[in-house]
Amino acid sequence: MWGRLSLDALPHDMITIGGVIGGGLALLAGIAALTYFKKWRWLWTNWLTSLDPKKIGVMYLVVATIMLLRGLADAGMLRAQQAVFAAGDGGPISPDLFQQVFSAHGTIMIFFVAMGALFGIVNLIVPLHIGSRDVAFPLLNSISFWLFVAGMVLINLALAVGEFSTAGWLAYPPLSELQYSPGTGVDYWIWSLQIAGIGSLLSGINFLVTIFTMRRPGMSFMKMPIFVWSVVGCMALVVFAFPILTATLSMLSLDRTIGTHFFTSDMGGNPMMYINLIWAWGHPEVYILILPAFGVFSEIVPVFSKKRLFGYTSMVLALMAITFLSFTVWLHHFFTMGAGANVNAFFGIMTMVIAIPTGVKVFNWIFTMYRGRVKFATPMLWFMGFVVTFTIGGLTGVLMAVPGIDFQVHNSLFLVAHFHNMIIGGVIFGFFAALTYWWPKFTGFRLHEGLGKAAFWCWLIGFLLAFLPLYALGFMGAARRLDSYDASLGWQGLFIVAGVGLLIILLGVFFQVVQVGYSIWKRRELAVGADPWDGRTLEWSTSTPIAEYNFASLTPVIYRDEFWEQKHRSDVKKPVELIEPIRVPKNTGVGAGIGLLAVIVGFGVIWHIWWLALAALLGSIVIVIVATLKEDTERIIGVDEIVATEKKLRGVKV
Amino acid sequence: MSKPRLLEQKFLDYKTSTGFWLYLMTDCVLFASLFATYIVLHPATAGGPTSGEIFSLPMALTETIILLTSSFTCGLALLALRQNNLKQLVIWLAVTYVLGVSFLTIELSEFAALVGDGHSWQQSAFLSGFFTLVGTHGFHIFIGLLWLLVMVAVLFKKGITLKVKRQLGLFGLFWHFLDLVWVFIFTVVYLMGVAS
Amino acid sequence: MTSRQREQRSMLIKYILGFLVSLTLTLTAYILVSGQAFSGHTLVFIIGGLALVQMLIQLVFFLHVTDESGPRFRLMSFGFMAIILVIVVAGSLWIMYHLNYNMMDMSSHEKNSLMTTERDKGF
Repeated sequence: MWGRLSLDALPHDMITIGGVIGGGLALLAGIAALTYFKKWRWLWTNWLTSLDPKKIGVMYLVVATIMLLRGLADAGMLRAQQAVFAAGDGGPISPDLFQQVFSAHGTIMIFFVAMGALFGIVNLIVPLHIGSRDVAFPLLNSISFWLFVAGMVLINLALAVGEFSTAGWLAYPPLSELQYSPGTGVDYWIWSLQIAGIGSLLSGINFLVTIFTMRRPGMSFMKMPIFVWSVVGCMALVVFAFPILTATLSMLSLDRTIGTHFFTSDMGGNPMMYINLIWAWGHPEVYILILPAFGVFSEIVPVFSKKRLFGYTSMVLALMAITFLSFTVWLHHFFTMGAGANVNAFFGIMTMVIAIPTGVKVFNWIFTMYRGRVKFATPMLWFMGFVVTFTIGGLTGVLMAVPGIDFQVHNSLFLVAHFHNMIIGGVIFGFFAALTYWWPKFTGFRLHEGLGKAAFWCWLIGFLLAFLPLYALGFMGAARRLDSYDASLGWQGLFIVAGVGLLIILLGVFFQVVQVGYSIWKRRELAVGADPWDGRTLEWSTSTPIAEYNFASLTPVIYRDEFWEQKHRSDVKKPVELIEPIRVPKNTGVGAGIGLLAVIVGFGVIWHIWWLALAALLGSIVIVIVATLKEDTERIIGVDEIVATEKKLRGVKV
Repeated sequence: MSKPRLLEQKFLDYKTSTGFWLYLMTDCVLFASLFATYIVLHPATAGGPTSGEIFSLPMALTETIILLTSSFTCGLALLALRQNNLKQLVIWLAVTYVLGVSFLTIELSEFAALVGDGHSWQQSAFLSGFFTLVGTHGFHIFIGLLWLLVMVAVLFKKGITLKVKRQLGLFGLFWHFLDLVWVFIFTVVYLMGVAS
Repeated sequence: MTSRQREQRSMLIKYILGFLVSLTLTLTAYILVSGQAFSGHTLVFIIGGLALVQMLIQLVFFLHVTDESGPRFRLMSFGFMAIILVIVVAGSLWIMYHLNYNMMDMSSHEKNSLMTTERDKGF
């Protein structure tokens, strides 16, 4: 009746138990606070059932931040093991736990931190940037968020009930097949990603349609902010790459449940096909992560240089080139698997080619700064940190694009340093830049600059200390994912430096947490207006807080950076606003319901509780059918209410 | 209906069909991954039967003609919908449904026969690929038939509303798309499976 | 006949035409294979070609991909998808052929026939 679930599934080792207790206490504290302050109804009606992309965006960011803390905790354990115990007698982290920790670390950081931050910022900013009130499919947007949460719940549930995968963040077969991973670990990994992946796919469709069809009249493609272009590239990649992941995860799951032989090492299965397919998705995935970060920098650099972006057209072409080329390089992740010289040469060349448009973008940002009046506020500092770290990462990437060189460093710490360079220097720094840049828009107060700068320097120095030694270690022969090594190799010193680097990063995180807390406490002193940075794009033309409907009227735009033109050119008049009633989607619990059922489906399949999985699946189908047939899904905001809101929020009479 | 509402409805139609088309594009990539896997694993018969030994071309042709006809009758249904002819619409949708069910029945009987002979997906990588590729298509057909039933139920309850019109349009796209995928399954799995 | 009726007439003709042409293409491919009219490789290319033609017919006549008013998002997204699909599928087949030759346990006969077909294809 309960499949393979039993009391054995509860954790046995002290570290996992500690983690579960810690996480559990945090969750209980949250529940207690909500109960004490009687905020359950508020949470449900104002946030969890909201279809407002601004609210959904914030929720994505909250989840991503919490998962960042878990991912960093995992990183701490890995560094501790490698710096302190690996050269000696073992330490408290068993080899099996170590493997679960690095698998969880990678999976969480990529799928729940980076993707979560990405969708959070996209939800918050894209509708405002194109001058629209909402996304194309608001209910689908909510469902996407809740599927993301469902995946997050499953991967954290693996801590408490059962185990996690030991097969790394990509679960290569044959290790991930039943023969070598008979437990629930790989299944947790599969279903967490499968469910979150469907959420991502639906969001990809949603945002592409939004950008294609809901731009302000007059906003042609070449007048959109570059951030929106970067989202077009990103979502095109999501739409065309994620189905490959869905198919591949399904096939691995079929191998593990009904006895198919796609990737097994017997009966004709071919594990190499898994690696081929997973990277055909995996390479576009890393471009999915970085393109919005590029977009964020394209917004920040012009504003903090008081100069328009250099080379708008070449930026667009570069983005589109990167989007297309992402699909032509995937074999560089497995040069060493044995496809031979011709195949390796083709993909090596394509990998070098894709570096070119990225270089174009970096030069354009620098040329934007040249002869601008540059202000080094925290967002701009994150950009400078990005230029330094991402360039190092890019150089090592082009180095590894040469198959002969890659044969030396593949799967060594050199590789690990390279991709952390790209993801931390690119995606994470971009995320922090976006956070500090757009924070005042949504909250009405700045984040404390001094603490922000301290956080930045800790992250930058910490990052360099944590990862530059890894390049050296990689050249010295250190493989990735090692939980022990011979003390006589002399590696421990560099591992200790890397560990210190992580501690400095954690100090940076501490400064960020304090910064947020302190800024909230001192929000009256730190209060700013609706346009604190003298922005260029439409979001800065709204009030703070932004009205639920974003814009009172959808007046046509004429220029790129329309808001900037309205502010700084006397011959550009603000258009007359025509106020009409606005239709807004009603709140609904459908998204949350589907999220809950998704967790149950996943849990049921993982533990082989088939009746439960089937029942939850049928339930979700029924909910979807009912939701698509519902008529009364919108609410009208009347003209009087709009006029009153505009007076209150913007102090204008419309 | 007022002009602004009409324009709003047209815009909703446009947004929805664009979004659904994009979803179909993602389904194409999903099927492409399964096709690629099927082709790569096609020779891996692990001592079990090869494609030439287990596929019946006449049966596959029958399935193909049934599905093609159902795609045609679905088109006729959409034409009746445009003319606001509820009776014709329901008739053609019913014919489409019957043809779809026939298709699935034949397919399931093929699967059952193979499994009964001991040639299930567990026997070899080739068979795994076959059952998954063809089975995924069959599952899509099943969802389509379920969708069709819901649509007919709504038609009986509410007649032809703008919302139903929009949703039937999407169903049409879905059903045509599934026939298109089948053309490739017929070609790559059955025809090439017997030819090589 | 009003323009509306003309439009509906042309749609009906499109459906009938699409149906009949698709049927013909399907039967042609079937007859070629069951009659064993050509040998291995040629046959594969011919029926592959017939499938592609039928795909185009169904795209235009059933899925109305060319009938878009306004910006051609359907056509563009289909085109982009098609290019990606060709790259991923053809790329995967090319990669796997080489991986299998270099890495999988095949009899020398299998290896020879595989490499001969690869050489004939120009790799």
